[in-house]
Amino acid sequence: MAQAVAHRAEETEKTALITGSEAIAVACKLADVDVITAYPIRPYDTVMQYVAKLVANGEFDCEYIVAESEHSQFEIVKHASAVGARVFSGSSGVGWMYAFEALTVTPALRIPMVVMVGNRALDDPGAFGVEHNDALAVRDLGWQLVWVDSAQEALDTALIAYRVAEDRRVFLPCAISCDGAFLTHSQGLVKIPSQDKVDAFLPPYQRGDLLLHPDNPITIAPQANEDWLMEIRRQTAAGMERSTAVIREAYAEFEQIFGRKYGNPFFEEYATEDADVVLVGMGTLSTPVKVAIRQMRREGKKVGFVRVRWFRPFAAEELARTLGRFSAVGVIDRDFSLGSPHLGGVLATEVRAAMYLATSQPPVLGFICGLGGREVTVPDVRKMSDIIREAAEGHPQPPTQWIGLRE
Amino acid sequence: MGRLFAVEIVYRGIFQKTLAKNISRGIVLAAHAEGKPGISFGRYGDSPERNGIPAKNFAIVGTDDVTLEEGMAKYEPTEVDISIAVDDTLCKGVESWAWYGLQPINRLLKPGGALIVTSREQPDALIAMCHRKEYPYRLAIVKGTPSFSGLWVYKDDHTDVRILGAVAKLLPDLVGLEAVQKVILAEWRDPLKATSAARAYERTTTTTVRPDQGNPEKPYQFELPKWWEMREGIAIPCIRPGQPMQDMDNHKTGGFRPERNPTFKKFTTRTMRPVVNFDTCIKCTLCWLQCPDSCFDVTPDGLYDANMEACCGCGVCEAVCPVTDCVTMVNEVAFHDNASQWEMWKKDKDAYQTWLNGKIEHRPERSHGFRYRGQYEEQTPEMLEIAREG
Ligand code: SF4
Ligand code: SF4
Repeated sequence: MAQAVAHRAEETEKTALITGSEAIAVACKLADVDVITAYPIRPYDTVMQYVAKLVANGEFDCEYIVAESEHSQFEIVKHASAVGARVFSGSSGVGWMYAFEALTVTPALRIPMVVMVGNRALDDPGAFGVEHNDALAVRDLGWQLVWVDSAQEALDTALIAYRVAEDRRVFLPCAISCDGAFLTHSQGLVKIPSQDKVDAFLPPYQRGDLLLHPDNPITIAPQANEDWLMEIRRQTAAGMERSTAVIREAYAEFEQIFGRKYGNPFFEEYATEDADVVLVGMGTLSTPVKVAIRQMRREGKKVGFVRVRWFRPFAAEELARTLGRFSAVGVIDRDFSLGSPHLGGVLATEVRAAMYLATSQPPVLGFICGLGGREVTVPDVRKMSDIIREAAEGHPQPPTQWIGLRE
Repeated sequence: MGRLFAVEIVYRGIFQKTLAKNISRGIVLAAHAEGKPGISFGRYGDSPERNGIPAKNFAIVGTDDVTLEEGMAKYEPTEVDISIAVDDTLCKGVESWAWYGLQPINRLLKPGGALIVTSREQPDALIAMCHRKEYPYRLAIVKGTPSFSGLWVYKDDHTDVRILGAVAKLLPDLVGLEAVQKVILAEWRDPLKATSAARAYERTTTTTVRPDQGNPEKPYQFELPKWWEMREGIAIPCIRPGQPMQDMDNHKTGGFRPERNPTFKKFTTRTMRPVVNFDTCIKCTLCWLQCPDSCFDVTPDGLYDANMEACCGCGVCEAVCPVTDCVTMVNEVAFHDNASQWEMWKKDKDAYQTWLNGKIEHRPERSHGFRYRGQYEEQTPEMLEIAREG
């Protein structure tokens, strides 16, 4: 059936000039989301504005609820999802943090909520620019976390996120991270898939025996003591364990139905085939990194790039195997983990942990860069590449360095 | 390794919280006065407590620090030298709100260990309430009405120090009377309390309870499911609505009995139970409507039968019933099973009236500590009198 649909829908695919936020709003419409909650905070608000427009224009039929705070925003969709509605929500920076209690209760209740985090620096100081610490704050709690770097990928990943989150084997929430400004506020050309294809790709949300409904009398979210907690956590962990295979299946079927290839779902490799050293990062910093790599390659410097998409589940073994091929690795963190091992960033710490069991263990250097929306420039990338090349040649380097800092 | 001592104090949540803590602390401080280290703690799962729900405090003492640490490596002791039930109705068993199943009051007692109960009953009545134990143990009664207070008020009727005196008598290796009195004077600065402890020490005698004595019932138990057996999403199947009841005379069905949780019954929370005079009931429904736990079964003849597997003894039905003496709360000690009163009444109405009158007469007034203003002032002198005179 997927094949037949692919042929028929070829002509109905349109191209639109839209931002990453708008692309996600379009995905909500295509996924026929039932309940959407909103509370304004920049840069996430661009999604809510676009959804509101779609609803107002009569293009999209959903319950659109503007809550009185982010906490209620996420509580409302949690409950709507429990009674069988497909839901969408989102936030940014401290707004996401204000919802934190609601975010923590969602995974154990197995609520397959899909949300967009417009990545934004946490206050103080109040700043609009991108940092990844907001979304990363839920990394230990059972949220699936994915970073995208283009509006097209935002749209496609939103569809994939519903498919994965709502798979009965998983039933865990998923947050799609879009870098503030670089993705949320930049318009790009996006292919909008036809409704037929989306319907073929995305089955209806079936909550089964977990559906809160008079015909299935259950109680959820009770008080439970130490006799139950470990078993409940283990169940949630099992959902996250199964998510890896479900993500793979979803990308494979996505490619089959929509014809767009993403290769390895968990991370994208760029110019790695013959590279000596690689940079690793997440989100839109991929653009200056790729441009810098092309420059350096013209100069004969074999630098590659690995862009991590799925941070949770973290494809540890696969990533460690890949990174083990190079003679040094540099991880660019658009975040910080103050006081962490080597006083570095979250991604670098995770990459090092993933490498611990690997047979090949090149040096892993960490770079803190592009905080608060500061641009990651081509010269920054060249500088980081030079540092890891030094390390590859046997000249030890500090484990963490701040790049692009006035000093 | 030195010697390890463990004492548990089983008490009624909220009402006896301070009492249990005082006893537990008193034991550890007295042992400390004799040079033995110890710790005193409440079972965390019982907290935050609920009114009357059975809860536990533990005092663990070692003859040296290393021995004490051996005892502390397990959060709750698996066996104790002494169990103290500060309310005699706890002898029927203990079901914590934190859901551990029904535990016999003597469950943790070592062979030859001692069960101390505060009660006005005779040993035989208490032995009949306790579940059977496979080996003999000792029973000691500290005579008096079980001491109940509220959350904010402590009724200082000397129950705490009298129990400390009894502990010194029963397990002198743990604490001696002299150390107990020293601690009482340091903690309360009240010589009268030290005297009460000495009186209790002098008077404490024990009865040996044999394995063939006591309630032969097996307490209900359950297996906790494996993680992969549980429904995901912390979703718990609801208790189903329930069914009509059957009239055993004409086998007609009618009325309604709600289904109830088979593994959390709550009846060990009860220190009093309602008895209903079905002959004077005007079927006004108030008891059924107001019972906070939906305990009333609606009978086929339109009466309201308080189900004793579910009733926690809160007394609301007695308070709302508009007919004088139609619902009366009676000391739980006066009952030996959870049988249906309505079935008894159906079988023989005259016999039921006799039974009912006997029960109502039987009651010495029990109290959760807040039934009317001035009640403490009334009760305390009586308790002190018992402390002095025995
Ligand atoms: S005492 Fe009466 S109101 Fe209270 S639980 Fe028992 S039956 Fe219900
Ligand atoms: S409140 Fe009293 S009179 Fe009314 S139904 Fe209950 S027992 Fe009967």
